[in-house]
Amino acid sequence: MFEKILTRNFGLPRSEAIDVYMANGGYQALPRVLREYTTEQVIEIVTASGLRGRGGAGFPAGRKWSFMPKDPHVEKYVCVNTDEGEPGTFKDRELVEKDPHQIIEGVIIASYAVGAHRAFVYIRGEFFLGVKRWIKAIDDAYARGFLGKNILGSAFSLDLSVHRGAGAYICGEETALIESLEGKRGEPRKKPPYPAGVGLWGKPTLVHNVETLANIPHIINRGAEWYASIGMPKSTGPKIFCVSGHVRNRGVFELPLGVTLREIIYEHAGGMAFDKKLKAVIPGGASTPMLTPGQVDIRMDFESLEAAGTMLGTGAVIVMNEDTCMVDVARRLMRFFAHESCGRCVPCRIGTQRMWDILEHLEHGQGEPGDVERLEEIARGMRGLTFCPLGDAAANPILSGLKLFRDEYEYHVQHKRCAVAA
Amino acid sequence: MQAGAKVSDPVKRSMLLTALYIAQEQYGYLSEEAINRVAERLGLSVTDVYSMASFYTLYRTQPTGRYVLQVCEGLSCHLVGGAERLVDYLRKKLRIEVGQTTKDGLFTLQTVQCLASCGTSPAIRVNDALYENMTTEKVDELLETLRGYHV
Repeated sequence: MFEKILTRNFGLPRSEAIDVYMANGGYQALPRVLREYTTEQVIEIVTASGLRGRGGAGFPAGRKWSFMPKDPHVEKYVCVNTDEGEPGTFKDRELVEKDPHQIIEGVIIASYAVGAHRAFVYIRGEFFLGVKRWIKAIDDAYARGFLGKNILGSAFSLDLSVHRGAGAYICGEETALIESLEGKRGEPRKKPPYPAGVGLWGKPTLVHNVETLANIPHIINRGAEWYASIGMPKSTGPKIFCVSGHVRNRGVFELPLGVTLREIIYEHAGGMAFDKKLKAVIPGGASTPMLTPGQVDIRMDFESLEAAGTMLGTGAVIVMNEDTCMVDVARRLMRFFAHESCGRCVPCRIGTQRMWDILEHLEHGQGEPGDVERLEEIARGMRGLTFCPLGDAAANPILSGLKLFRDEYEYHVQHKRCAVAA
Repeated sequence: MQAGAKVSDPVKRSMLLTALYIAQEQYGYLSEEAINRVAERLGLSVTDVYSMASFYTLYRTQPTGRYVLQVCEGLSCHLVGGAERLVDYLRKKLRIEVGQTTKDGLFTLQTVQCLASCGTSPAIRVNDALYENMTTEKVDELLETLRGYHV
């Protein structure tokens, strides 16, 4: 059985409390970092651990930190991305609600490493309990001297505060998050420059997902070598997989990267609900291309999924059984992307809306010859041509759906109804 | 920069999301008066502030009922027979369409995108509280409880 690292305290009573965190080995990495390590050493350790971002892109954390300018006179910021919104994903919410201090300790260490004295939590406005947990945890961390001036008697100071978003999926994109923190519409910025050069209020900014930050204290406590020994050579460490859909036990499962999809579905999630047959799996959240039952032995890590033409994304595994209509799934996903398109660039604003219209027509028996081709043309026309990755995210489920289940789309046009649903 | 934007103090500007929440709390929704006051206090143009209120879905520019029932229509809720079934049930039960408010002013029905309750779907958010693993029976209980506060 894999030793739980990030979720080890989830089952404890009052796991969100600072004394519970401290009684279970919490806030031991921070004093060590402040006493024993230079900022360069911390970056070296994190780089050697192989930790990659858990928000979806999988960028190496240590490299991201090393891009931040070293000049101590330049003001820098750290942003904590708690704007979890990718359909199928619910790990960040659990991490914040059940063990927020683990993330805070990670934030403090990351801020020390990059020389930031101000950090901001950006949380989805919908996460009301999460907001309360963040505020309480930050207050308690200040009270114990882990935040504020001269942390634990060191020369390092850091202030951390919570900022509530107001309902916009796109604000999970790092530059949109920065815009929103500045009090603007969450419209992504042009990259480059990347936030490590020009971020919040034009200052160098490190933006990390909460799961990424939660790994940091463990890497410091137990060493880069230990961390790198978990998982795969290029995808190291534990990953929190969120399993939803047609399985017996839905929920979060912390497993090493590289675990097979089969093990996740059939061992941890208890197999298919009602013993139905598996039809398709979305491996990493709504925007990742689907896998088929023949691919269940795939390893769930960045490289293996990329080689299979999809992505690890947020690790949100959505399982669908034989009774699922794939046109209906696409319709549901496109409703999401059409709603969440920020409207800034035309291919995404119009493309998602047009695709949603076509899918609604197909699903309601109003499909016409040429609809499937039109859908494909729009999706192709969006990929790589929108201002930010939301366009690709919206095109992916359509293109992968058409590749794997084109006959179902055609069936809707010809028979004006679903092939599967009764 | 937004149309009609004024050059403003970045610190004041960064308070805009919070200011809109506070105004919404005080006025019940972001009325013209509420928007005007926020704009005035932060030194921003009214169009600029309104463009923010219309961009973010948690800001309401129309009055709503005492309880806003937001049914999640994310894929994971949909797959387990949530979203549409619950919306249909609520439409019939409350005799309103999505976006409307009951005559007694108690309930507004809305649909929302993924609430990150995919492991405990289907989910309904009522004001700031989240109700998970919802069934039509649980919806009945919930409505009864909420009505009970206003007898």
